[in-house]
Amino acid sequence: METVMLVVVAVAAVLVAVAALLALVRIERGPSMLDRALGLDLLAAALVGVIAIEAAWLRRTETIPILVALSLVGFVGSVAISRFAAREPAAPDARDDADVGDGEERPVAVLRVEDAGEDDGTEESPETPEERP
Amino acid sequence: MSAPSTGALRRAAGRFVWQWPAVAALTVVWVLLWGDVSWANVLGGAALAALVVVAFPLPRIEDRATFRVLPFLGLLRRFVADLVVASFQVAWVAVRPGPLPRGAVVEVQLRNPDDLFLTVTAVLSTLVPGSLVVEARPDTGRLYVHVLDIAHFDGPEAVRADIRGLEERVLRTLAPSEVLERCGLEG
Amino acid sequence: MTEIEPGFWTALADVVAALCLLAGAFLTFAAGVGALRFGSLLARMHSVTKPQVLGLVLLLIGLALRVRSWSAVAMLALVVVFQLATAPVAAHLLSRAGFRTGKVDESELVPNQMDPSDEPDGPHGGA
Repeated sequence: METVMLVVVAVAAVLVAVAALLALVRIERGPSMLDRALGLDLLAAALVGVIAIEAAWLRRTETIPILVALSLVGFVGSVAISRFAAREPAAPDARDDADVGDGEERPVAVLRVEDAGEDDGTEESPETPEERP
Repeated sequence: MSAPSTGALRRAAGRFVWQWPAVAALTVVWVLLWGDVSWANVLGGAALAALVVVAFPLPRIEDRATFRVLPFLGLLRRFVADLVVASFQVAWVAVRPGPLPRGAVVEVQLRNPDDLFLTVTAVLSTLVPGSLVVEARPDTGRLYVHVLDIAHFDGPEAVRADIRGLEERVLRTLAPSEVLERCGLEG
Repeated sequence: MTEIEPGFWTALADVVAALCLLAGAFLTFAAGVGALRFGSLLARMHSVTKPQVLGLVLLLIGLALRVRSWSAVAMLALVVVFQLATAPVAAHLLSRAGFRTGKVDESELVPNQMDPSDEPDGPHGGA
């Protein structure tokens, strides 16, 4: 029985680890902050899943409070980013603005903190679309 | 000076009285977090819950909503079944080889635009019938729903029927009888 | 737990737990594949709500069947409730923000009955 369980746990852990890897690729590719928020959500879920699988294998209960905390962290992150990326729907040039903040044209190699700051900057001065240092 | 403060105190006390379900629910969450039932946990949780309810008041909903057990069990059973079906459907669409399906946005007019029922319907419909609520308009009672695979449904009319069926189950569980009557769902 | 027939019941719980772990891991994996493969923000959002939530719930059920202690089950039930309550809200907030900031390619949506007016009482675009 324990060998069967070992195989099951190993297969499950590999599947969840691949899911975490795919989430990382999605975070890296973007193209928008919202896609990255989605990837982070999935990464948090994969983390919860891996901890659950490990606890199930060893039949331990000490790590379960970590699951409670992690399951809420992903949500708070998503809400913060969606508030951050959202603009007033009535803004006259919200659409043009968003195209610039989209990040389609510029190299999206790393998740940079300035990404968010740039979005914020374009919101305040929509008439200067590209302000690159 | 004393008159407004006693008034505020009475309001806080009144709030506490009619929000006892919220206090009870928060106490249960606290006890579950600690994982065992002891007097210290229950009393500490109740005190904390009372503090939360008084500090962050919410509009009351009890007089606009009721709760029926049998329709709730039906809603729950259908929800779990739909969740399993929808999850494996989306999973299969994700992992199967071949072209990806076309999405669509469908407007759904709900029967009753009340905040509570609209919220519950929107949250549940994001999880269950292959749909995702992108915009909700409480003033007109309309949901704007994104469908992953429109070809899987028989056109937007089927999506609408699905969501309205879900809303009917929610209303039968939570809505008072006069709302049911107004929506033509009595009996 | 009651120990009436320890051998049979614990073995059954372990088998069910193994099945739950496998199904949950597969759904989480599929959610990852969907998040990477789907071409639009909204389609990706589908895969991080439905398969991800049920996948996590199944993994937690598997864990609960393995550890079999009431305090653990209580905390896991709380995690499940949090997931069911927060995942749709997060998906809705993200996709609404995407729609409102023009990050959704609306030409791919057929039909697209989204109300273009931002006024609450504007004309509705029903078909």
